[in-house]
Amino acid sequence: MTPLLALRAVSKVYGTGVAEVTALRDIDLDVDAGELVAIMGPSGSGKSSLLTIAGSLEEPTTGEVWVDGTLLSDMARNDRARMRRRSIGYVFQDFNLLPGLTAAENVSLPLELDGVSAKAARAAGVGALTELGLGDRAASFPDELSGGERQRVAIARAVVGERRLLLADEPTGALDSVNGEAVMRLLRTACKRGVAGVIVTHDAQLASWADRVVFLRDGRIVDQTVAPAGPESLLASRPAQ
Amino acid sequence: MSIRHALLALLSEGPKYGLQLRQEFEARTGEVWPLNVGQVYTTLQRLERDGLVASDDGEGEGPKKGYRITSSGGRELTDWLRTPPDTMAPPRDELVIKVLVALRVPGVDVHELLQVHRRHLVEVMQRYTRLKAEGPEDDVGLALVADAELYRLEGVVRWLDAAGARLRKHVAPEVAQPAPVRSRTRKAEVTR
Repeated sequence: MTPLLALRAVSKVYGTGVAEVTALRDIDLDVDAGELVAIMGPSGSGKSSLLTIAGSLEEPTTGEVWVDGTLLSDMARNDRARMRRRSIGYVFQDFNLLPGLTAAENVSLPLELDGVSAKAARAAGVGALTELGLGDRAASFPDELSGGERQRVAIARAVVGERRLLLADEPTGALDSVNGEAVMRLLRTACKRGVAGVIVTHDAQLASWADRVVFLRDGRIVDQTVAPAGPESLLASRPAQ
Repeated sequence: MSIRHALLALLSEGPKYGLQLRQEFEARTGEVWPLNVGQVYTTLQRLERDGLVASDDGEGEGPKKGYRITSSGGRELTDWLRTPPDTMAPPRDELVIKVLVALRVPGVDVHELLQVHRRHLVEVMQRYTRLKAEGPEDDVGLALVADAELYRLEGVVRWLDAAGARLRKHVAPEVAQPAPVRSRTRKAEVTR
């Protein structure tokens, strides 16, 4: 199976001369469809650079980024922008919703930008909100929603349409434990349906929702978890389900 | 986990049979702590001896015998709930000792060692999270048990992160300056 996201020998250097900072060094990473991978590391380890490069918001200094079998550097700028709108969903810590648009309009905007008719885009937007339990909030503006609801709107926007790659930067950072867990359940469910997911975080609890945890230190991948045994391994006496 | 107090808690809801006590204990602790039948009955006997529970007269021993909590049993239970667990003991955490020892062992990369333990802890956390994610959402007992372990393990991971940052700041990369022979022997004894 071709990985949905593949990074090959990716490095990123900011600045030049004495101001030169190497954010990423020689990163190789594959993420399959249906897989949720967490990139875990302290501040300044290069997590956010890795995410923006994977999402084609930024270009690597050297190395290759492949999304869904296509090498990004081979694509024309317009094609890359279209792919970004169509195939890649982003979830940020601070939600990044447009305050002048309703929840449904925020979710349907990327589809409309991509040429889907307003009516069809709106129906898809309301559908995505309904799936996340926010059908009755579709007409609300972001400042009328709680933090947990805003993040669910952001997730709806990230998965609406035919998104194949979901990228999240500390997606539960501003939420309490109950809302944070709800958000992680939704991301996990989205991935189980065939989306490739990458979350970056410094939080071990958040990372533990992933199928695989990759550890980043000083811009390098230093380690990763092996596929965990099933939860039944914790409960020796519990009969296998 | 105190079986004694768990049984008092179950009896505080009303009189119950021995067998019923065992089943309810297992159901409420997410089946994470299985009990054997013997433990339930010997604990009940001790509780009765101490006047904390009373049993039906003349029904014989075993699963069909009924029990109820006494007023001193009720007091014992509320006192226990409010007594802080023993968190004041001096730290003898094995992981802390390993990291302290590693600082003195020539040739050991402490940061690599921290990562070995970090990875292991995160793998265990993945299993508990999966237990929550794949278990029924209304199994509150199971979620509480999983959460307790997740927060505890997260605390250990955060200690590893803090230890790494502290060592970067205070210990030169060469680390492990050979310690005097005598002191090294003493450290080695600690590990055993």
